[in-house]
Amino acid sequence: MTKNKSTKIVMDKDGIDRCLTRIAYEILEKNKGIENLVLVGVRTGGVYLAERLQKKISCIEAGKIPLGILDITLYRDDISASNKKPRLGKTKIPFSLDNKKVVLIDDVLFTGRTIRAAMDALIDFGRPKMIQLAVLIDRGHRELPIRADFVGKNLPSSLWEAVSVNLVEKNGVDEVVIEEGT
Amino acid sequence: MKLEKKDILGMQDLSVDEINLILETAESFLEISTREIKKVPTLRGKTIINLFFEASTRTRTSFEIAGKRLSADTINISSSTSSVVKGETLIDTARNLEAMNPDVIVIRHSAAGAPHLLSSLVKQSIINAGDGAHEHPTQALLDMMTIKEKKGRISGLKIAIAGDIAHSRVARSNIYGLTKMGAEIVVAGPATMLPRNIEQMGVKVFNNLDDAITGADVVMMLRIQLERQKQSVFPSLREYSQHYCLNRHNIKLAKNDVIVMHPGPINRGVEISPDIADDPSCSVILNQVNNGVAVRMALLYLLIGGHE
Repeated sequence: MTKNKSTKIVMDKDGIDRCLTRIAYEILEKNKGIENLVLVGVRTGGVYLAERLQKKISCIEAGKIPLGILDITLYRDDISASNKKPRLGKTKIPFSLDNKKVVLIDDVLFTGRTIRAAMDALIDFGRPKMIQLAVLIDRGHRELPIRADFVGKNLPSSLWEAVSVNLVEKNGVDEVVIEEGT
Repeated sequence: MKLEKKDILGMQDLSVDEINLILETAESFLEISTREIKKVPTLRGKTIINLFFEASTRTRTSFEIAGKRLSADTINISSSTSSVVKGETLIDTARNLEAMNPDVIVIRHSAAGAPHLLSSLVKQSIINAGDGAHEHPTQALLDMMTIKEKKGRISGLKIAIAGDIAHSRVARSNIYGLTKMGAEIVVAGPATMLPRNIEQMGVKVFNNLDDAITGADVVMMLRIQLERQKQSVFPSLREYSQHYCLNRHNIKLAKNDVIVMHPGPINRGVEISPDIADDPSCSVILNQVNNGVAVRMALLYLLIGGHE
């Protein structure tokens, strides 16, 4: 049972931090400040990244931007195709999205299906003026016409590899790893 | 995570882990009912049949709203407007409904065990919405969710259930569920309304309301079910209320932060005085109704699976 899966660390703690700092500046540049700007993190990885981005942005510009949490489980397109149900997390968007510029934040952009679900969910909460997408890793293999506005790192990967973003808040360490599938 | 069950027939056969999964899922569903657009697309294309052989406002509406907020199609059948009045048996009704391919059948019936019978006959998921004086699991789950919401826990709480225990499926389901979750249950009622050997369910029994509610964290008052009483088990409503009505005075015996629950519909002034029922500092009766929709959404979500 000691199958050696080869694991490669492609980004470390400092790398993640630098990426987030750059994305924070890019978000501010593109939106010309923080007016009408809100962040929404996609559970679970996206939430921690959103919290970090919120902190970074508040260090650059005065004022705190609202942060929401989105669980996309109920909007998945494969929910009735499988008997396995992911444990449903809480969605918390305690502010109106009407006419807001929403920056959706997730850890890995892959097929695009999660983001499709997240956009459907956001639109159920109101009519944002604009939805932008920030991801730490873009690993390619899109199945839907979706692209990110802010990307930490483009990581070409093959379909049988697994890309995971480990964060201190949930895994005890900050790193991005590629695992070869069996 | 998956609920390893085809049906929800009673609290007796749910495990602590399953109860926790249902309650946690329900807590996540609460938020949907606060949105402006109270609908998610999760159960699009699924069909839920509410088959009610007994009167109901809360439970039937709650199941219907739960299904609709998940985008399922819900169909209500009540016995008075169905072929039951033409003499169709429950088994034939069930087989015919099964042939129309619903995904879940919610049933309320005056006969204990009717949902279990249906469960053995049809391949769809069955949810028991009350069977005779046997069980009413969704009520117990929403009660547990309300207790957890207000008290932060269930384990270690003293919970008094008072009134017509013998006729109450709500009491039975709550006793099964709450004792499993580690609460201490006391029941109170006139001797004619206490089933024999109720102690075997793991509860303490009192004939006196005051003794039962002393030091209680939660007081759950049951409705006097006039429609189920073939022979009268107390001399008059007035006499019953003199001894067993929760009011301003006797509630002082409970803990200061006691919460008062009632499964509805309320007989005002019989088992609970209006000032207590309407007092927002202790009454959580409308929270129970609100949580009921979330619990039923959680059950529909967890039960409706896809193809293997």
